Amino acid sequence: MTKYEKMSSLTRRSVLLGGGALVVSVGAGVSLETVLSIGKAHAQGIKPPLTPEQLSSYIAVNADGTVSAFFGKMDMGHGLHVAIGQIVAEELDVPFKNVKVIMADTAVTVNQGGASGSTGIQTGGKQMRAAAAEARRVLVEMAASQLSAPIERLVVNDGVVSAGDDKSISYAQLIGGKYFNVQLDWNKQYGNPLYAPGKAQLKKPSEHKIVGQPIKREDVAPKVFAQENFVTDVKVPGMVHGRMIRPAVAGSVPVKVDESSVKDIAGVRVVWDKGFLGVVADREWDAIQAAQKLKVEWSNTSLPFPDQSALYDHIRNASVRKRQIEKENGNVDEAFKNAAKIIEAEYEWPFQSHASMGPACALVEIKDGQVTCWSGTQKSHFQQQGIASTLGVPVESVRVIWKTGPGSYGRNDADDAAMDAVVMAKAVGKPVRVQYMRDEGTGWDPKGPASVHKVRAAIDASGKVIAYEFMTKAFSRVDVNTNGSNPIDTLAGQSRGADLKSGDGFGIPAESYAFENKRAGWETIPPLLDRSSPLRTSHLRDPVGPQIHFASESFIDEVAAALNVDPIEFRLRHTKEPRDIAALKAVAEKSGWQSRPSPRRDQAGNKVSGRGVAFAQRNGTRVAIVAEVDIDRSTGKIWARKFTVVHDCGQIINPDGLVKCIEGNIVQGVSRTLWEEVTFDRKAVTSVDWLTYPILDITETPREVNVVLINRPEIAPTGAGEPSIRPVAAAIANAVFDATGVRLRRVPFSPDRVKGALS
Amino acid sequence: MTQKFTLNVNGIVHTVDADPDMPLLYALRDNIGLNNPHFGCGLAQCGACTVHLDGQPARSCVTTMSSVGDAKITTLAGLGTPEKPHPLQAAYIEEQVPQCGYCINGWLMTAAAFLRDRKKPTEAEIRDALSGLKCRCGTHISILKAVKRAAEMMG
Repeated sequence: MTKYEKMSSLTRRSVLLGGGALVVSVGAGVSLETVLSIGKAHAQGIKPPLTPEQLSSYIAVNADGTVSAFFGKMDMGHGLHVAIGQIVAEELDVPFKNVKVIMADTAVTVNQGGASGSTGIQTGGKQMRAAAAEARRVLVEMAASQLSAPIERLVVNDGVVSAGDDKSISYAQLIGGKYFNVQLDWNKQYGNPLYAPGKAQLKKPSEHKIVGQPIKREDVAPKVFAQENFVTDVKVPGMVHGRMIRPAVAGSVPVKVDESSVKDIAGVRVVWDKGFLGVVADREWDAIQAAQKLKVEWSNTSLPFPDQSALYDHIRNASVRKRQIEKENGNVDEAFKNAAKIIEAEYEWPFQSHASMGPACALVEIKDGQVTCWSGTQKSHFQQQGIASTLGVPVESVRVIWKTGPGSYGRNDADDAAMDAVVMAKAVGKPVRVQYMRDEGTGWDPKGPASVHKVRAAIDASGKVIAYEFMTKAFSRVDVNTNGSNPIDTLAGQSRGADLKSGDGFGIPAESYAFENKRAGWETIPPLLDRSSPLRTSHLRDPVGPQIHFASESFIDEVAAALNVDPIEFRLRHTKEPRDIAALKAVAEKSGWQSRPSPRRDQAGNKVSGRGVAFAQRNGTRVAIVAEVDIDRSTGKIWARKFTVVHDCGQIINPDGLVKCIEGNIVQGVSRTLWEEVTFDRKAVTSVDWLTYPILDITETPREVNVVLINRPEIAPTGAGEPSIRPVAAAIANAVFDATGVRLRRVPFSPDRVKGALS
Repeated sequence: MTQKFTLNVNGIVHTVDADPDMPLLYALRDNIGLNNPHFGCGLAQCGACTVHLDGQPARSCVTTMSSVGDAKITTLAGLGTPEKPHPLQAAYIEEQVPQCGYCINGWLMTAAAFLRDRKKPTEAEIRDALSGLKCRCGTHISILKAVKRAAEMMG
């Protein structure tokens, strides 16, 4: 049985009719005969409404005793559905293999926030756990009535409730094929904070048998045997293929489109609305040809971007749109006046691209007043709202079906592709499948923001740090919002003239270093181009975390080196947080760390090695890592050879899945540190493929990533999808310093740049 | 102008009408309806579209229809089945390699040809053989473990 099933068998009509309230309530003494079967209920449209306070919105027991878990988030490749299945199976007391997790289809799940902020387990799992526990409580109550036995005497094993005297009844017999109609205590929040518990007590961690087990993903085999359809593989009858045409100078719009230039291509139609320009054709190759051949005259526009070589000067000199101090204690300015010595440094991070494995794809069908969108989005419920808004139709008439996309690490191009498909499907009156080309996937996705970080520390005469200040000046992290709920946050909306509103936000280091005078904050600057910009920013895996912690954890090392203190010892001196201390001590032990200050001074020749540590928190999770790197001074090439990663995210649901998730974080982090930088000229982004946006090659992959998991069953689980990417850049930079005595303060550490720094 | 082409894909013969300059990828996906290989870049830079032509890995996104000739085409679906998996497929499952899985054709098809021709490769040889293929999720550690495991299975 697959763990990974989407509810494609439900008809749209049946689902959308689910607005009527079922008037009976199981668990409240109402006979089951009054509850219609699922099939009949669908046909009559009396499933309880799909709302967050209904237990049926999360859990259903099918006629065969299997359990469907309806989850309003989705898996981005870490096996989240396995962990959710474990959580549900655990609280319900059913075998793991009997739970099917159905993800992120807006017709059958509520808005739990989508894939967002590493909250799949932290908040998504919390809700599914509460719902499963409540389902068990209700089922046991029903069994007590059926078996005429007191609840205290009942035990549940593998979905069978027993009274201990040969009397037993299964979940399937109790409610199989029928819906719960049980009210939950919803906190009235949607998205990540949604929480709707019932009256049930949750199991104690000591009682867990399924949670904590290394259960494998069952969606791997379908991928390996080419049996799983990605979003790119979905087809519907009458579907045509769409492609977009983007300007060569960002910000310019079409002023003349010569449709006769593509008249020889069969079935081509041009869709042009202000800045929006696309083509559709019956055959995919024809659409690609048409997009290339269409003759377009573009408006003259001033060159939108500075020379890339001036990017960081631009940031330093730009007007500040918003300034926020997020943390301050003591009197920082006064302490700096009294310093015997001030250490300061600035760090720079470039724009980076999601550069997903494949460019985004979406399919939109508008038929009989209903809209269906198949998308690889991370936020299907928000996308549903954005589509409804774009088309001016009720949100209930839009269904977004999430399908595995070609890679996703945040707000990439998936929501843009979906909205482009919506606009073209509406225009041509046929289902339109849009798949972007490579240059759009890298050149036109929302970017991680470029930033400059200025950090300084005041040291007194005794060598004590008396003040610390961390200030970022950067492009906002959210020129466009992290979801597609508003058309202005998509290229289609912006190119068709929607009013813009760019958000402001950045962040500060997440650590517990205590200094008696400490300040951390940020300033954001306006975007370079306000509309349809290929350098518009949004969330890219661990939004702003890699930037900030590259700076903060490099700087802590700089201070430790200036004071001639071992870098781990220095960090331990400045934190009292037990979990932080435990992570740092564990990484020292597991990596075989020799206590000494950096840099080491015992190496000659071109080939040198070093070790570096970095630490970070993220929403409760702690990560301490040690990087061991080799550097060839003659080429500037860095090999991040080995990582030791200590990871504490509280209770572990599935250790195998967690290790894989962390390995991916580390490798992607190495890639972003050593190679990744979006290039641009005055006109446009020039990173448009894998040659112009290189990522880590397998020949450069670490030889070993040794993941050390700290399990804390008594602490509610926190996230793992992103925390371990954030300290990677600093750990490498600190290792390079250890090896060479040279401090790298600008990412990426490409060979030319490193060679230059070392010479 | 379209022409008729005869393609032998995973042992089944298909006739398709296509532009001679059209990449094979679109014939496999759109004319024949396979869900593999994948479009990743259209530039032969990533490997997501890799198939075998007479046993040799080829990037179908830049292989024109006119250049295919009578080569036997094998896609990932033709490499093995759940009942009779290729050692690489078995190893991929054992090592739980893929995250999003979109890159999978490149690694498996390239590694399959490499391991067929090179028995007991060193890790450095494996890395060199797979150089240039892209995986954006960063599953490289698991990929290497799986290819080494398959190499052992293939003797």
